[in-house]
Amino acid sequence: MIQENKSSRSQSAVMEKVVPKLFLICAIISIFTTIGIVFTLLTETFTFFNRISIVEFFTNTRWFPFAADEHADFGIIALIMGTLTVTAIAMVVAIPIGLAAAIYLSEYASAKTRKVIKPILEVLAGIPTIVYGFFALTFVTPLLDKIIPGGISIFNALSPGIVVGIMIIPMIASLSEDAMNAVPNSMREGALALGATRFEVAMKVVLPAALSGVIASFVLGISRAIGETMIVTIAGGSRPTADINLTESIQTMTAYIVQVSQGDTGYGTTIYYSIYAVGMTLFVFTLIMNLLAQFISRKFREEY
Amino acid sequence: MALINKESVKKRMGTRLAANGVAKFLFILATCFSLLVLGVLIYRILAEGLPYLSLDFITNFASRMPERAGIWAALLGTIWVMAVTAPVSFILGVGTAIYLEEYAKKNAFTKFVQINISNLAGVPSIVFGLLGLTIFVRLLGLGSSVLAGGLTMSLLILPVIVVASQEAIRTVPREIREASFGMGATKWQTIRRIVFPAALPGILTGTILALSRAVGETAPLLVLGALAYVAFVPENIFSQFTVLPIQLYNWTSRPQEEFHMIAASGIIILLIILLIMNSIAVLIRNKFHNRF
Repeated sequence: MIQENKSSRSQSAVMEKVVPKLFLICAIISIFTTIGIVFTLLTETFTFFNRISIVEFFTNTRWFPFAADEHADFGIIALIMGTLTVTAIAMVVAIPIGLAAAIYLSEYASAKTRKVIKPILEVLAGIPTIVYGFFALTFVTPLLDKIIPGGISIFNALSPGIVVGIMIIPMIASLSEDAMNAVPNSMREGALALGATRFEVAMKVVLPAALSGVIASFVLGISRAIGETMIVTIAGGSRPTADINLTESIQTMTAYIVQVSQGDTGYGTTIYYSIYAVGMTLFVFTLIMNLLAQFISRKFREEY
Repeated sequence: MALINKESVKKRMGTRLAANGVAKFLFILATCFSLLVLGVLIYRILAEGLPYLSLDFITNFASRMPERAGIWAALLGTIWVMAVTAPVSFILGVGTAIYLEEYAKKNAFTKFVQINISNLAGVPSIVFGLLGLTIFVRLLGLGSSVLAGGLTMSLLILPVIVVASQEAIRTVPREIREASFGMGATKWQTIRRIVFPAALPGILTGTILALSRAVGETAPLLVLGALAYVAFVPENIFSQFTVLPIQLYNWTSRPQEEFHMIAASGIIILLIILLIMNSIAVLIRNKFHNRF
């Protein structure tokens, strides 16, 4: 029996040493993923910039990669403008509605109502983006075509922008509501006791106290809108332009990457490398937004 | 001597109360708008998709003729990709979470891993597609296979599983760990027999929700080169494949109205799958939610 104990103990002693190392490897893989992303984007982008000058890339306003060699234009401003247009429309939809829903849920609604509405809102966040894209193309665009005098192209910036906004509403509502819920009740009660209405409590006490969390949710929403792919691919079209015209077709950075992946562009062509340059730009944009959101919610968090 | 001008107070009270009422109405309106959109979306998809939905639709391959088109290849492709994604992301995610919560010391490296994971969660999914295309498809030579797609999806949902697992492990109270140590169990024995089983419902809930996100993802697999038109089912993990969302994208981007109808039918199937996965997650959470 002592022998048995000894052998089982030495066995478990080995396990004790091996197991943490295995788990460490798992943790390191997530770092490798980041390194992999940065590495692939950087090397392929570097190859791209050997062929197209970096100055042209960031100053040219025309993006016509599929033209014959010497006529091809690689000016990412056109794609960035498309992305920002959609993002701006999305935020115009998502910020007021998301914030209003958050205020209603945290300041006005009873616990019972909140328990019903919050999960329903979260269903909206769980719907695949391909479904939203379908919705934008087959419902929102025809609807806008009827409403807007002069009509609207089948592919346009407005429809995907609105639908991306709708997709982001639950995210802004949920994160803002969390931030407002964290404001202690004693502050509300204090304001109410002084004779403030619910609306005044919400706008002058709760919202300022929760401001860092609320703004962080906006920034995260912007980041999501910039990186959104399928809705803009389906409903936005593929006409990169630096002009802002909401009723005409546009192209975003993400939609361009999909367009190239869908075509039969050969490995090693300039167009092949261009998706990495666009991907790099997209990655930098969203990374800055995500870091900014983390910075805001950490730096300006008010403790009570 | 009247310090308070009652008339002006009365007047101001009126406007303040009115403002409160109007604001409340607007807030409710905004909330209802979101619910209304959800209702319209579901209604539209049911109205367009239900007429085409049949058993044949599920068991047929994709076709150039809308009335004969089906989603069999896409359905099986999705299952194949998830068969790769589920174990890989589960092992990596839970392993990372156990390391961070149980073994890691509070040092710069741990903090770096943690920040890295939360940043990965914010990377657009299409960038993961570029990663998969370069590393798995080209560098490792896997081609646009089920394996390459599954691994890419695993990395995409890894941060979600890690964070959910960490939270689940953190809720296991110190006392039962200490009791286990007190009985002479080693650290790994305690983790394996006490902490992991206790945290499992939370971990599973998080994993299923993450997988349901992967089921609906389109962009990374499109970039990876998953095929849009497939008339065969994958035979092994090196087969070419398509998945439901890509099949839907293919139908949606065609100009003919009929293909939009069958896209709607496909969306119904996709949403039913997601609904089932989400219900299982909720069920696990409610059934095994033991408080200590």
